[in-house]
Amino acid sequence: MNIEITDLTRRFGRNQAVAGVSLQAGPGVFGLLGPNGAGKTTTIEILEGYRTRDGGDVEVLGFDPERAGSAFRERIGVVLQQSQLWPNLTVAETHRMFAGYYEHPRNVDEVIVLVGLAEKRDARVKTLSGGQKRRLDLGVALVGDPDLVFLDEPTTGFDPAARRAAWDMIRSLRSLGKTILLTTHYLDEAEQLADRLAVLREGVIIREGTPAELTAGSNETEVRYREDGQDVVVRTTEPTKLLQRLTTEALAEGRELEGLSVRRPTLEDVYLSLTAEHEE
Amino acid sequence: MRLLRHQLKWEQRLFWRSRESAVFVFLFPILLFALLTAVYNGHIDGRPASWGLLAGMIGYGAANTAFAGLAITLVSRREIGILKRIRATPLPPAVYLTAVLVSIMIVFAIQVASLFALGRLLKSTPWPTHLLSLVLSLALGAAVFAALGLAITGFIRSLEGSSAVLNVIVLPAAFLTGSFGPTRHYPKVLRAIGDVLPLKYLLDLIKGIYLHGQQFWDKPLAIGVLAGWGIFGMVVALRTFRWEPREG
Repeated sequence: MNIEITDLTRRFGRNQAVAGVSLQAGPGVFGLLGPNGAGKTTTIEILEGYRTRDGGDVEVLGFDPERAGSAFRERIGVVLQQSQLWPNLTVAETHRMFAGYYEHPRNVDEVIVLVGLAEKRDARVKTLSGGQKRRLDLGVALVGDPDLVFLDEPTTGFDPAARRAAWDMIRSLRSLGKTILLTTHYLDEAEQLADRLAVLREGVIIREGTPAELTAGSNETEVRYREDGQDVVVRTTEPTKLLQRLTTEALAEGRELEGLSVRRPTLEDVYLSLTAEHEE
Repeated sequence: MRLLRHQLKWEQRLFWRSRESAVFVFLFPILLFALLTAVYNGHIDGRPASWGLLAGMIGYGAANTAFAGLAITLVSRREIGILKRIRATPLPPAVYLTAVLVSIMIVFAIQVASLFALGRLLKSTPWPTHLLSLVLSLALGAAVFAALGLAITGFIRSLEGSSAVLNVIVLPAAFLTGSFGPTRHYPKVLRAIGDVLPLKYLLDLIKGIYLHGQQFWDKPLAIGVLAGWGIFGMVVALRTFRWEPREG
């Protein structure tokens, strides 16, 4: 396992940002999902070595990030939630500058092509769009040829096309056998990319598994149809029984169940019900 | 060593490519010197006014470049997240800061050379004689101002205010300590304030060497006061320097 966390805790003043998180991640994409303030960024920044922890064990690539030095940083790539780069350097120069920090950097031009900035190779960073700047962040994170990549909300503010392009990039990273830790509050993104997911709320993991396991974990099915011009929505744990009753009644009365649909809960439904539970 | 050379090369490129730093940090003291020598003729303390102004502008340049220029660079990088991002790379923080400091020293050295050349061109000011003493003085002065520059970054909250705050410190300090002309006729209070500022002692060293043929080691008081300010700056910097932008 490239990331192993046991009982991680971290408090800021009176705010218990992380309250006992345990997780393991190997090659592939591990998604950390949760509302703002759930502890995603604190967790990822502890793994990156930015934050100390109050308690628990953390091992990343065999290092304790709190004490790790250059040997650890040779092997990680980081996209921060918010950061900018030098406005007056070009895309290629920015990559070259970062490449110089690593023992075995990747070819700069290859990385620029990989993140889709080939046309902007010699453009100053200040002339890039928001999405292009985010791709530059990603390119700079990849230039050291890391084994483990941290992506903290990498597609926030992207238009749909840019998001799809970013997803393709992340998939190609995964196919290279990298470990990717991704935080996001976009559910479709987590569902599309993550091999495993953990949902964080108030500093604890409230659900963990593959996207399929998470949606399977909820045993409610939603049945919709129209009756007397009104939409009817029924949630049931026994859809077979319900459907049989509905269809039998309808057949007996000789009417059609208009607009009938049977839907498994999406990850979004699961997520919303998980993260909302507490507020009720 | 390879990393230091790499970073130094990029620091230099970053400095000269940014109009703000190239104009306000590098060019401003040189422009001011050209203006002041055009206005002041005559003599100050028995030497042509331009000689004293040259010494004064070198001192002001040290404060403007090594203190204000360095602080603005670091605050702006901190606030947009570059410092934080750099810390996630294998580049050791000490190597990074060393490169930033050496780079600003190089800028200051070029600035001093340009001031001497311009003085020579405009007013036939002499080349400096005691070169070793002058280099030692300027290196000490620049190091002290760099330490103070590192220290003050911890007290500047935002990028927007940084340039104003630093100018409010540097310009009056330069005025009070005699960068722009002698302070002999200033009111007592103003002279007393000037007498505790580090720039005053750097100017003592530069003027002693350039105008009066003294050596670096002839001025133990000035060296002592400067070293004190430098140590003070280092201690504060070690306690308050931050790599990350303010939250929120």
